[in-house]
Amino acid sequence: MIWLNAVVQGLLLGGLYAIFACGLSLMFGVMRLVNLAHGDIGVLAAYFSIILIEHLGGNPLWTFAAVVPVAALVGYFLQRFLFDRALDGGELSPLLVTFGLSIVIENLLQQTFGANDQSLNIGALSYQSWKIATDVYVGRLNVIIFVIAVIVIVGLQLFLSKTRTGLALRATADNRRAASLSGINPKRTRSIATAIALATVAIGGLFLAMRTSFAPTSGSSDLLFAFEAVIIGGLGNLWGTLIGGIALGIAQTVGSQINAADGILIGDLVFLAILAFRPQGLVGLKSEVAR
Amino acid sequence: MTHLRLDRVTAYYGHLQALQELSLGVDQGEILAVIGANGAGKSTLLSLISGEQAPREGRVFFDDIDITSLAPHQRVRKGIALVPEGRHLFGTLSVEDNLRSGASTRRRGTWDLDAVYELFPFIAARRKHRAAVLSGGEQQAVAIGRALMSNPSLLLLDEVSLGLAPVIIRDLYAALQRITAEGTTLLVVEQNITEALAAANYAICLLEGRVVLEGKPDTLSQRAISQAYFGHDLGPSSKAAS
Repeated sequence: MIWLNAVVQGLLLGGLYAIFACGLSLMFGVMRLVNLAHGDIGVLAAYFSIILIEHLGGNPLWTFAAVVPVAALVGYFLQRFLFDRALDGGELSPLLVTFGLSIVIENLLQQTFGANDQSLNIGALSYQSWKIATDVYVGRLNVIIFVIAVIVIVGLQLFLSKTRTGLALRATADNRRAASLSGINPKRTRSIATAIALATVAIGGLFLAMRTSFAPTSGSSDLLFAFEAVIIGGLGNLWGTLIGGIALGIAQTVGSQINAADGILIGDLVFLAILAFRPQGLVGLKSEVAR
Repeated sequence: MTHLRLDRVTAYYGHLQALQELSLGVDQGEILAVIGANGAGKSTLLSLISGEQAPREGRVFFDDIDITSLAPHQRVRKGIALVPEGRHLFGTLSVEDNLRSGASTRRRGTWDLDAVYELFPFIAARRKHRAAVLSGGEQQAVAIGRALMSNPSLLLLDEVSLGLAPVIIRDLYAALQRITAEGTTLLVVEQNITEALAAANYAICLLEGRVVLEGKPDTLSQRAISQAYFGHDLGPSSKAAS
């Protein structure tokens, strides 16, 4: 039963990783930009939520309604005024700019909030659970996070496959030159991709903050897990990202079951094994790697 | 009325001067063939019109509006569409999504999915397939269809016949005739001179970035064309040798 329990907990944890990862994957797909500040932006969203609760009170759950739209808006203009310029500067510039942004965010947060751990207190929801089998309990919050993760992924997939803007994003991801020659505005498309990425990572950041404690420097490990989820699942494939997140989550919780300190290490090893033996990811196609 | 006008444009391909003070006018409804050897400046000329490159000097006018500083997607909105050399389809997208993406400007006109499928019936059957798995001829048809979906008034075609079988080239050129019947102006860049000249009602030949020969195709002699194309007279003796 302890193994079943580990797998179930890992599955639920994977949902959170998938939320973190889908935006990273989308931005990389549309503009070949690896946003190294992705995790930090999630953490920043969590601190934003803390400020809102301090001043306005109530259960942190309501802050989703404020934080997520603001994150989307910030993403739109961050792309327009910072990332777009970085993309014009060659291959190295976007990495340097997003790495710099990551450092700026971490230090600003330390300066403002100190290095102490914080958490978002959501009351009873944080410890209530359901019993699904003998000795297997699932936290209600974890189940909610997983359900939201699936909704986010399905919603994003529907958006990409059914809407005009989604088509523009897919076309741009496939061939930037042809996209602009087909009348697709590349700036607008990139801004929308980043708006979506920041909105989703804000959701992830808030859930993470409700689930565990966090600190100004938590963003780096979130970024790493998001990366691993994207690679394990396969680039450019949202279902793959969900599967990758789940695989990583299960590897970590099962690893912790083997030896409490080794969970993250086992997750990293699974990631490296995928990279070595199945670089297209669990769901990806071989041809996606060749491109 | 002059639909497209280039006014003494100079452009570079890397460090090389690709076009030298080139002026050019295309009338509404015309089919202009631009021929010339590799490196004559044909592709640079197209990139100036599509907006992928800005001229070092000179201006580009479309319906007498200066479009020199407009980006490619803005020019598509104005009615200029390019079918690029090598087709550049969205390989991971379905044929239908490829066509739909061409309609992102929402320009009104006669071309929609049904009209494109009617023009190229053989791609209608493959609408759900990924564009990457299509044959060369089918891909070229999708590329033309995608450009048509923006309802262009000026359609630019870069090396449409490159790498295709003669029978397919004939079909594609037949389709081009139907496209012009809708009033669309065509600018065809080709190394396949025979097809381009047969379709066009005006032709220019580029050599080292300049127009060295122009006129109605039936008034241009083979000898004048080959001289303009290669930059020197091959002469009767060398002709006999080849």
